[in-house]
Amino acid sequence: MFDSIRSRVIIIALLIIGSIVALIPRNTTIRERDVNTGVMRDTTVRRVPLKLGLDLQGGMHLGLELDQSSRVSADPSRDLDLALTVLRKRIDEFGVTEPLIQKQGDDRIIVELAGITDPARAKAIVQRSAFLEFRITDRSEALEKALPALDRALLRAGVKPAAGAPTQPSAVTQLLQGDTSKKTAATDTGVVVGGVLSSLIQSGAQAGYSPVPGEYLVKETAFPRVDSLLHLPEVLSALPRNLVLRWASSPTSVGAESYRLLYSLEDRAIVTGQNLVDAKEEIDPLTSGPIVTFELDRTGARKFGDGTGRNIGNYMAILLDDRVQGRPPVIQSRIDRRGQITLTGRTFQEARDLALTLRAGALPIPLKVVDYRQVGASLGQDSIRKGITAGVVGSIIVILIMIGYYRVAGILAVFALAIYILFTLGGLASLDATLTLPGLAGIVVSIGLAVDANVLIFERIREELALGKTVRLAIDEGFKRAWNAIVDSNVCAIVTALLLYQFGTGPVKGFAVTLTLGTLASMVTAIFVTRTFFMIWLERRPNMTTLSI
Amino acid sequence: MRRVFTNTKIDFIGVRRYAYIFTAIWFVPGLILLLIRGLNYSIEFTGGTLVQIASQVPVDVSKLRSALDHEGVPGAEIQSFGADSEYVVRARLSKEAPDQDNTDATVSAVRKALDSSLGEGKYTIGRTEAVGPKVGGELRQKALTAILLAFGAILIYLAVRFEWRFGLSSILATAHDVLGTVIFISVLHLEVSLVVVGAVLSVLGLSLNETIIIFDRVRENERHRRYPDLRTTLNRSINETLPRTVLTHGTALATMMTLAIFGGEVIRPFALVMFFGVFTGIFSSMFIAPAVLLYIRRRWPPVGAAAPRSTRAPAGRAAQPVG
Repeated sequence: MFDSIRSRVIIIALLIIGSIVALIPRNTTIRERDVNTGVMRDTTVRRVPLKLGLDLQGGMHLGLELDQSSRVSADPSRDLDLALTVLRKRIDEFGVTEPLIQKQGDDRIIVELAGITDPARAKAIVQRSAFLEFRITDRSEALEKALPALDRALLRAGVKPAAGAPTQPSAVTQLLQGDTSKKTAATDTGVVVGGVLSSLIQSGAQAGYSPVPGEYLVKETAFPRVDSLLHLPEVLSALPRNLVLRWASSPTSVGAESYRLLYSLEDRAIVTGQNLVDAKEEIDPLTSGPIVTFELDRTGARKFGDGTGRNIGNYMAILLDDRVQGRPPVIQSRIDRRGQITLTGRTFQEARDLALTLRAGALPIPLKVVDYRQVGASLGQDSIRKGITAGVVGSIIVILIMIGYYRVAGILAVFALAIYILFTLGGLASLDATLTLPGLAGIVVSIGLAVDANVLIFERIREELALGKTVRLAIDEGFKRAWNAIVDSNVCAIVTALLLYQFGTGPVKGFAVTLTLGTLASMVTAIFVTRTFFMIWLERRPNMTTLSI
Repeated sequence: MRRVFTNTKIDFIGVRRYAYIFTAIWFVPGLILLLIRGLNYSIEFTGGTLVQIASQVPVDVSKLRSALDHEGVPGAEIQSFGADSEYVVRARLSKEAPDQDNTDATVSAVRKALDSSLGEGKYTIGRTEAVGPKVGGELRQKALTAILLAFGAILIYLAVRFEWRFGLSSILATAHDVLGTVIFISVLHLEVSLVVVGAVLSVLGLSLNETIIIFDRVRENERHRRYPDLRTTLNRSINETLPRTVLTHGTALATMMTLAIFGGEVIRPFALVMFFGVFTGIFSSMFIAPAVLLYIRRRWPPVGAAAPRSTRAPAGRAAQPVG
């Protein structure tokens, strides 16, 4: 079937048509969220079906792992799968065209979002744990009563670092020494005066602020310090058992000073986000600030009803990822199914993102970003332009060399080269492979290398002609003898390309794919297409005694 | 008919001593440099943060550096990147940084430093990369495995298609090129990014391709043309394939040069490495691989068809001590 020129031409024509069809611009539906209304909508764009990598069209790549620094996972692989499901839901709602969310190895999740315009926001949505809970604030002033004990515990840890946690005593010692510079005598004798925490944590009344029960003030500047002190094991063990301490999500201004509110809360949550069935962003008619309203399932509603019913007149803190959202409101009546979270000082978009993550559910364990790449769209376009320029200039040089050296046969090789480029791009499109910047470079490089097979054949034909063989025989022999060299060298090229694919991440994988496709396409064009050209040439000029090669 | 390098009779094998000296001139100082200075790994391998910016205001490098120091990112590299207004800030991870796998902290610190030294909104971020040391370590491991696996797979393929002596000679010549390329990277102090590793693997393929073309001719000549000894066969084979070598690599060099000139800053190291790879590939295929094959054949002569000829021929014996 490969013997007659007719059937060969038909096969080549079919391959060319196939490649062109694969490359015809077609309608693609893009699902995205309208920036102004926040409603999902489908838009149809006409474009060449070549998938561009993140480095060419702009976008974000995230490598995520479980962050077990604050909460240890009991079953990491199950938690990772759970997180994967949650992320899929969130990103689906966020509205990104063709997102890639997959597990890599057994401890990592890869998220690739192409064409993202606001990477910081997308990252926040992916990373937010969205763990929602409701807790009653403490009314018994337990923290105030415990403060002296906490200070003593700290001092003990500071004076005898060996007895405490070996990891962080330096911070404590430093702080204590900072303190001793003012009250040298007192500390030297081991008597507690003022105390570290008592001096940093104020009850509201001291600062001229009317606090709700269980609410304390810490100067914003001292916030990181106090936070690290409160995490020391000595302090944790000295805290009253039925209490947890949580920070407000944002600072509060009291007079000229910026404070961070610290809440002392009951250790048992009334209800958590696990029982949430719906969440929606809305505008509060009273304050016209953004709020998120939510709805609980039946179990959640029962728990919430019981909890709030028992605590009428008390204050309830709404916690998101262990931070208290807004000031705890007083419970005026029993609440069951519906509630709202007030987001003071936030934008409506933030409310929308919060509602989105709450709907998609909480991450079982917080995620940390171990690998983050983000490329702006304009940089990507720039890369494409440069790659195409290099490709065009490179092709022109190759064409000049080939025609200048091999004359008519060179023209045939250039046709074969054009078909080769078409095959490679068509192959990329039909395999749904991703074209990356290194991939683009690979195509440019392979334009130079693709003529290799043709050169091998042409040189062989020239040698046979030099031996005095007829044109027809020389062509036959040339193709036959070049075959082994072409196959062996190309197989090795493909082996290296496949290994590159195996080891590479995104961009390098793209390179490997274009390299493999390019090598295959160059083999086909050189062995089959160029051969056919020669057959046609011979048929047109059967009595040719010299060959323009 | 326009022809270059046709019917040449260069004694490639005869000058192999000079080739060895040439290799030594490149390798000995190169390896010493490599040991002293090491390779300039990109943050993809070491872990760290890279931020590429296009600034609308002139960038005061020392001011930006002190802002970075202030934000707790000491020792960051600040480099102009292609255009005047474009800069790249690279912050490698310091050993003391807590929770190194959490890349958020460095990224936001770099952002803060940029905001304070250039002014908020006075610059646009082209790309950001932040890699934890764990990911970087894995990548290094993978790159090394890929190169070693490539050697193994190709050795097996060549052993099947040719015989093990050819395979081993090709691998040695290719290893020569890979190492030579690594030295080239070290001499130019190019940044070893994933893309550059890709280029090194491509050099591996390229160099092998070149060797195979010559060995294919050797195989054919051993079967069909009875040259008096292996040395002649090798020399003839290299000379016969010379026109093809010149032409193919002429076109390849042309495209790599255009890539280096027009391809942009990210691709340039890739193109440079490939460019060098073509030269070392040609060199090793002509001077190293055939010479090694000659040595191996004399040391371990094949049993069968080729063996009697090479051992019986007096020329082969005489050549042994002289070379």
